[in-house]
Amino acid sequence: MISIPLEHGLYLAAALFLLGLMGILGRRNLIFMLMSLEIMLNATGLAFIVAGARWGEAEGQIFFMLILTLAAAEVAIGLALILLIYRHFGTLDADRISEMRG
Amino acid sequence: MEITFYIAAFVAIISTAMVITQLNPVHALLYLIVSLLSVALIFFLLGAPFAAALEVLIYAGAIMVLFVFVVMMLNLGEKSIVQENRWLTPNMWIGPGILSFILLIELIYVLEKENSLLSSAGMVEPQQVGRALFGPYLLAAELAAMLLLAGLVGAYHLGRREQEEDPE
Repeated sequence: MISIPLEHGLYLAAALFLLGLMGILGRRNLIFMLMSLEIMLNATGLAFIVAGARWGEAEGQIFFMLILTLAAAEVAIGLALILLIYRHFGTLDADRISEMRG
Repeated sequence: MEITFYIAAFVAIISTAMVITQLNPVHALLYLIVSLLSVALIFFLLGAPFAAALEVLIYAGAIMVLFVFVVMMLNLGEKSIVQENRWLTPNMWIGPGILSFILLIELIYVLEKENSLLSSAGMVEPQQVGRALFGPYLLAAELAAMLLLAGLVGAYHLGRREQEEDPE
């Protein structure tokens, strides 16, 4: 156990979250957007772990596990949707599939 | 001692920045795995070994393998052989290799020098997490299980190849 200031851990979480946000806003490939979503979820979990380590409680890790299950379910559904979109449209460009006419 | 946290944070930020700037999905996946491993090392340093193990097993293992499978399914055709030849060149894995080598050095250092890390106060043990999870947070565990089941059924339904036409 090392004594990291709470702010530094939260700064790291914020930096990772911002990088993920930039990835979502900047990239137009659906795979990269899903990966950026994973980065953001992971940064959120890091914030929970940092807070749980600061006060020595187990709740941080419990919420990290909930985020982990959420990320797993979201990735499974998201990747299935990506396969479906690629089969229908033949591309993963988010700009070219922006018209969802069904 | 605190320098290990900052080195791991540096590796995490560098590899995450490389994820969102790569053009090839497989390169980005390699960097993302390195990023998740460094975050797992940070969890370990912060006294959360159970979360670190879960991060390596589920994030860097299971979820990234899902990504790799989908990328493999999307890149069919004879173009993929040329691509695979290009993937065997060292400039693909030299960056993630260097970053994960830094992580390996750091992990060895932590395991060798700081032997008291595993028995010091301030660490939240897996036993404590399990007691809390199946005590006051039992409903949350049930909800997570139902979410995973819904994700499984939904992904199967979406990913299934539909029939050509319904004989209606």
